[in-house]
Amino acid sequence: MTIDTKSPADPTDPTAQEEQAAGPSRSERLSALAQQHGALVTLIVAVAAASVGFDTFMTADNMENMAVSSAFLAVVALGMTFVIVTGGIDLSVGSLFALGGVLAAWGSRYGTAVALLLPLAVCGLIGLVNGMLIARARLAPFIVTLAAMLAARGLLLSVTDEGSRTYLVDKDSFFATLGQGKVLGIGAPVWITVALFVAGAVVLRRTRFGQYVYAVGGNEDAAALMGAPVARTKIAVYTVSGLCAGLAGALNAAWLVSGVTILGSGMELEAISAVVIGGTLLTGGFGFISGSLVGVLLLKVIQNVINQIGSLDSAYQQVVSGAFLAVVVVAQTWLGRRRRVL
Amino acid sequence: MTDLALGRTAADRDRLLRLLQNYGVYLGVAVLLLVNIAFTPHFLSGENFRTQAVQVAPVLVVALGMALAIGSEGVDLSVGSVMALSTSLVSLYLGYGMWVALVVALLGGMAVGLANGSLIAFIGVQPIVATLALMVAGRGLALVLLPQLKDVRDPTMASLGSGDLLGIPYLVLIAAALALLVAFVVRRTTFGRQLLAIGDSRPAALLAGLPVRRVLITVYVVCGALAALAGVLATARLSASDPTSLGNLMELSAITAVVVGGTPLSGGRVRIGGTVAGAVLIQLLTATLIKHDLPPSWTQIAQAVVIVLAVCAARERGER
Repeated sequence: MTIDTKSPADPTDPTAQEEQAAGPSRSERLSALAQQHGALVTLIVAVAAASVGFDTFMTADNMENMAVSSAFLAVVALGMTFVIVTGGIDLSVGSLFALGGVLAAWGSRYGTAVALLLPLAVCGLIGLVNGMLIARARLAPFIVTLAAMLAARGLLLSVTDEGSRTYLVDKDSFFATLGQGKVLGIGAPVWITVALFVAGAVVLRRTRFGQYVYAVGGNEDAAALMGAPVARTKIAVYTVSGLCAGLAGALNAAWLVSGVTILGSGMELEAISAVVIGGTLLTGGFGFISGSLVGVLLLKVIQNVINQIGSLDSAYQQVVSGAFLAVVVVAQTWLGRRRRVL
Repeated sequence: MTDLALGRTAADRDRLLRLLQNYGVYLGVAVLLLVNIAFTPHFLSGENFRTQAVQVAPVLVVALGMALAIGSEGVDLSVGSVMALSTSLVSLYLGYGMWVALVVALLGGMAVGLANGSLIAFIGVQPIVATLALMVAGRGLALVLLPQLKDVRDPTMASLGSGDLLGIPYLVLIAAALALLVAFVVRRTTFGRQLLAIGDSRPAALLAGLPVRRVLITVYVVCGALAALAGVLATARLSASDPTSLGNLMELSAITAVVVGGTPLSGGRVRIGGTVAGAVLIQLLTATLIKHDLPPSWTQIAQAVVIVLAVCAARERGER
């Protein structure tokens, strides 16, 4: 658990030395708990309030709907979590999501394998190029992935005759069942997402690669001195992010049985918001996979509640999400400072 | 002897590289102009230059504010949403006269800037995150105020959008005047020097006793005000308020113009001339591709390549 690895205390600060001797202080532990579980508590409160407030909220239909529509964003947020824990950012995921969907829908006529592998190959390659430019050429992640966002959108437009052509997925194909099928009454995308999150959490928590990801985000120079392959780790996380975005797009296309070109704009912001709300620090070195899932669910519950209040315009969704993000960020900065994570 | 020669070529190469970094964007503009003059029919007409200049004006106004934010080692992602907010406010308050509407729109932009600046200066939130919140919320707010496109019928606004002085459109004059003003502020005022010092190293600026918080808040307030003004200018040009699409991806265009113009993302330096040239370069690039009937998708890919090349030339450290 990263929560236990205290950041090196300032030796000139007497209180810090004292605390180190006695282990984390009470307030430090409290703020750590708040940071880790704050989103979960908020989610539980929000769900409880919504089910009391609206009869239509706790219905099987509504739950199913929310779960499936969360699944795609969640897969994108999973890759983004790795990137953000290394202290980077990936703005290209929205475009890659749309590109992945279109490529999957186009490829589905050649079978499920092509429908899945083509978007993974192209989006993974773009992620790899992002990672190379960031890790080897040492360009700013913000700018590199911004360029990738434009380039992927351009590629998408040229694949679809400037956005005028929509590729359809055969409704009876196995690929379509990946999106629309149900296992034990729960949509297949939900199961796939859960499996990916378990795998992601294991990789980040229990593997050497996961340790490298935290180390690079914590302090790049220190990580390099310790012998962590900094460049390779960075390249890997951007590739993972590209793969996740492409896969999410492919699953979404299977669900919609078509590759929709206009999807995914603004998705990078939603994914970043979800990761940040889930307790991962944008400064890197600290974060949870499970938190990102909670962040996605929280965003979707807020959206759902606003949709249920019929009189409220959907524009309020954005206002509420933005305000919520601001509150979370302020709280995080404050908590982080108390724990000297920053 | 050979060593000496090698040393000299290395030094020459360094100097060439630095020249390219600083003036590459002007070279790019010149090349694009020459290519267009040679190959694009009807390029050399007053009408065409006018169109290009009018289109670039709002982008440039936003980019000027962005240049200040980036110079302070920050960034402002909320500028596109501020433009949307400002166009909504203009529509709502136009009944009281254009000047009232203009002032309200500017105040709206400044309020957003104040919120951004306070998060950054007082709470210590990273600029990219602090402005992300208002990027999301700002457009929602704009849509709450004005749910759909609305025509703007106001004679003063119309003349602001399409009128000219001695053949130069008002929009271009305003953008040029603001560019000169911002360049003057950066180069010749105490505020400008403090801004660059903070961008160079915030801890050092704090130790030197500079009013770091005040300067940072001012930067984001100015950035918000300029974005709001750009929103008003764009509204006047289009004779319509469209909060859904106005300013979409504007933060990217503005950041691109600033970065392509040679201002490093790591702060401490601001190149206003380069920013102007950067905005013109992107506009020319788009226009060139469109005029030669290349699909819009190529424009985006070309823009991406230009961004990466520009940043490669600037060779920054792996910082956000």
